Amino acid sequence: MITINNISKHFGKLKALDQLNLQFNSGECIALIGPNGSGKTTLIKSILGMVVPDEGSILFNKISISKNWKYRSQIGYMPQIGRYPDNMTIGQVINMMKDIRKSEKNVLDEELVEKFALHDIMNKRMRTLSGGTRQKVSASLAFLFNADVLILDEPTAGLDPVSSEILKEKIVKEKTKGKLIIITSHVLSELDDLITQIVYMQDGKLKFQKEINLLKKETGEEKLSKAIAKIMLQNQL
Amino acid sequence: MRKVVKYVILDILRSKIIIGYTILLFLISFSVFSLEDNTAKGLLSLLNLELFIVPLVSIIFSTIYIYNSSEFIELLVSQPLKRKSIWLSLFSGLSTSLVVSFLIGSGLPILYFEPSPTGIIMILIGCMLSVIFVAIALLASVLTRDKAKGMGMAIFLWLYFAIIFDGLVLFLLFQFADYPLEKPMMALSALNPIDLSRIIILLRLDVSALMGYTGAIFKDFFGTTTGFISALLALGLWIAIPLYFSLRIFRKKDL
Repeated sequence: MITINNISKHFGKLKALDQLNLQFNSGECIALIGPNGSGKTTLIKSILGMVVPDEGSILFNKISISKNWKYRSQIGYMPQIGRYPDNMTIGQVINMMKDIRKSEKNVLDEELVEKFALHDIMNKRMRTLSGGTRQKVSASLAFLFNADVLILDEPTAGLDPVSSEILKEKIVKEKTKGKLIIITSHVLSELDDLITQIVYMQDGKLKFQKEINLLKKETGEEKLSKAIAKIMLQNQL
Repeated sequence: MRKVVKYVILDILRSKIIIGYTILLFLISFSVFSLEDNTAKGLLSLLNLELFIVPLVSIIFSTIYIYNSSEFIELLVSQPLKRKSIWLSLFSGLSTSLVVSFLIGSGLPILYFEPSPTGIIMILIGCMLSVIFVAIALLASVLTRDKAKGMGMAIFLWLYFAIIFDGLVLFLLFQFADYPLEKPMMALSALNPIDLSRIIILLRLDVSALMGYTGAIFKDFFGTTTGFISALLALGLWIAIPLYFSLRIFRKKDL
């Protein structure tokens, strides 16, 4: 579904992405992991067209995304830090997004809006929201349009355990519908039961992309976090 | 694109600065016309005030607006929208609100006190100046990510067009006083939208007789229909060129 061919990106002297090749197919749930500053968010932003790579190409359903914008209607994106216009209320932001993205074919999915009880705080201004509530708004917006691809950047960071559980259930539910889900996260144990594949990045380079079962077998560890830790140690040696 | 323009305008109206600007313009225009018994003189005083205020407010307000809506722009870029239409929506939203507040604040008093062709040209020029400085502000704010630098650039650009440019022209005039400079002066004036606007209006008032030989040459050119139209075209270019370059940069910008 998404093919990444040899992309590189520099920010000044810093190499954020270094000749990255990846392939994501629908029905998969991919965990994008790596140390801080390994280029995870830059990769996601490149897929969304927010960052333009210096070299290489990204194909979405076999069509290049450069100078293309329609493909983004098939992506639901939850940013790491949700930044919204300060003066708008939650209701206004949600209505604006509905207004912008509305089309005949996508049915709105307001499950998260209801479960997070956002209806009760629709009149709060974005500026007054806590980090967690912002995350709830971001998550609701990402799932609202029933997109085929869900890109979630640190989805559970800042959420309380109850909300985090609601979100995880929702992710599992969407996964069974055959959607492609890409998640970045630092908290590995959170991901254990969700994901099918792991992409490990370091210094903008791809270290490996593996099925989770294979990974567990190779390292002989049952727990994902231990398996990853083992590989990280091996890499250092 | 129309949807985004709608949200931009709603957002601008919510900030209330634009309403204050409209009232300020209205008070200035009304009091200037009430002070002078001769409306042509009133128009001249108003011209000098507006050539300062309109560009200043347009450029500062637009720059601040673009920096303050960086979150909004980021949100929009991740949605299925063309970058070009996002940027043009911001441009049209800002231009529309500034032009409308100029029309209400200054257009109405001018139409009331001086409903002549000169008055109408004055309104037209005011609208064009508003849009020109929105375009310049967009260029200044897309060039740098740092808000302080962007604001500094906007203020400097205004200072340059409103004051420094005239100083440079005067300097050139004195340095090359022995040469016939009338024709080059005309070309030079096209390099500054504020000067160009001033010339267009002054030549329609009788005071141009006081401007000596250069004034006569200017009148010879800008006084004709061709001259007038080419001056308007030059102002149009002052909108198109900064907008084009800002758009080119924005399309490739990392957010």
